[in-house]
Amino acid sequence: MNSVQDRRQEYRSLFKQNVAKRLLVDKAVRIIVFSCVIIAIIPLGSILVEVFKNGLTAISIEFLTETPGSAGSGEGGIGPAIQGTLIIIGLSSLIGVPIGVMSGIFLSEYGDNALARFVRFFNDVFMEFPSIILGIFAFLIIVLVIGHFSVWAGAFALSLIMFPIVTRTTEESLKMVPMTYREAGTALGLKKWVITFRIVISTAKSGVITGILLSVSRIGGETAPLIMTILGSSQFFSSMDTPMDALPLRIWRLSLLPYDSAQLQGWGAALVLIMIILGINLGIKYQFMNKKNGLFRQLIRQRRNATK
Amino acid sequence: MTALTTKPTSLEAFPFAYEPSTTVDTSKYKMVAENVTVSYGGVDAVKNVTMKFKEKSVTALIGPSGCGKTTFLRCLNRMHDMTKNAKVTGKVMIDDVDLYSKEIDPIYHRRKVGMVFQKPNPFPTMSIYDNVTAGLRLNGVRDKKILDEIVEDSLKMAYLWDEVKNDLKKPAIELSGGQQQRLCIARALAIQPEVLLMDEPASALDPIATQKIEETIIELKNDYTIIIVTHNMQQAIRVSDYTGFMYLGNLIEFRETKKLFTDPKDELTAKYVQGHFG
Repeated sequence: MNSVQDRRQEYRSLFKQNVAKRLLVDKAVRIIVFSCVIIAIIPLGSILVEVFKNGLTAISIEFLTETPGSAGSGEGGIGPAIQGTLIIIGLSSLIGVPIGVMSGIFLSEYGDNALARFVRFFNDVFMEFPSIILGIFAFLIIVLVIGHFSVWAGAFALSLIMFPIVTRTTEESLKMVPMTYREAGTALGLKKWVITFRIVISTAKSGVITGILLSVSRIGGETAPLIMTILGSSQFFSSMDTPMDALPLRIWRLSLLPYDSAQLQGWGAALVLIMIILGINLGIKYQFMNKKNGLFRQLIRQRRNATK
Repeated sequence: MTALTTKPTSLEAFPFAYEPSTTVDTSKYKMVAENVTVSYGGVDAVKNVTMKFKEKSVTALIGPSGCGKTTFLRCLNRMHDMTKNAKVTGKVMIDDVDLYSKEIDPIYHRRKVGMVFQKPNPFPTMSIYDNVTAGLRLNGVRDKKILDEIVEDSLKMAYLWDEVKNDLKKPAIELSGGQQQRLCIARALAIQPEVLLMDEPASALDPIATQKIEETIIELKNDYTIIIVTHNMQQAIRVSDYTGFMYLGNLIEFRETKKLFTDPKDELTAKYVQGHFG
């Protein structure tokens, strides 16, 4: 008779009827999700605990400032390695960050063409390259050509690892900036580069910085390309054209030694490396992202206003 | 002018603008759009529209969604340069200079034309002060005294000064929606334009904020040529001197607001203003 009512009845009878079972599934999904998170956190947490437990006993003023003693003596420190890591991170960032940010701007703001699609594809491939291959590349075109290991070669290899990451994250965060800000800039009679650098980038600042930090953390721990380029040394930095030490190299060498004292120093060096990376991350984040008017803050505020 | 007497009933009978003319006398008009056609990837969104905008008047563009009124408004500022597959033909004259001629750098003309968008879009990383002065600072104006003066003037014209004068350094996004929109009006006014384009400036706002925006528009009419797109016919009646009715990319009728609403010449316009569709 009443076709709408009949159809309603018919379709409703097709719905799953077992409410208890559905609640159970709901609970099960929640448990699975939580346990996966726990499983993912356990290795991370235990590494940190292990590094802190073993590393803290090795750390002292001498350990942080002195050159390494003779192997197995348990004397000396990792001063050159700390200095070298800071130098190599700084130099690589000086090369990698501008190139990466500019490429990201190109892909996001001028990237609607075949060249950009080509660059985007190879950038993604490049990002997944094994770092040792980049090390060998730097070895071939710098170390072999000039005839000795050098800091430049190391910075070059690490910046190759760095800029694809920065490019990608810069592009993504610039694309997140709503078109309407660019339109507003255009309507104010601004030139495109002014809009890009003064409006779009400052709006996407926190995303760009996150990408840079990500790449800094990544290169801070790279070992393989450094073996091919700066080699390692037990002396403090002397010139750009000689080998230099870095924390990952020092950790690697210490951990290969068969003495307990050396391995303890290795733990100490690992702890120092983690603290340096953490320090750079927190420092820069605090400096740039704690401002009230970043995009991130704005998004949070918008959500808060929407729920009010 | 046969169109006026025969009263076309279908769009096919009325492919041109309401006042078709081949020679436009620009002397009395601030801005003239002549035979403007906009197509997105081959599909015409605005079809051969000719409109003349009198100096120091408010012209409203009304019509149902998708009729091309916003698309047309954006032509008047060459905003379609930013859209890749949009193509604009025809002429847009501002003070006898064709905005679309090859020798013209649109940037210099955009500085003559201010624009306010549908959704308030103050720059999120800038303070109120920096937002108002953005167009000036980023165009090279450095003199702090002049900037201060312009900020005060622009905010007063946009009726926002009293509400924000004590915290100009506050981030612009902490303002309410209506205040943000008035800030955008102030930002547009700060570059000292002669024409103000407004794309449904009050559509996202509550009635009180809308009323303030409308008061602002009526006040600004004394010094500016204003073209406003609106969804809201009552708003067109309240603020405008002339109204153009658009439908499916065609300008159906363009006359003084009072006449268009009380005595529409076209059947379609009559139906629309009486609320039979739209």
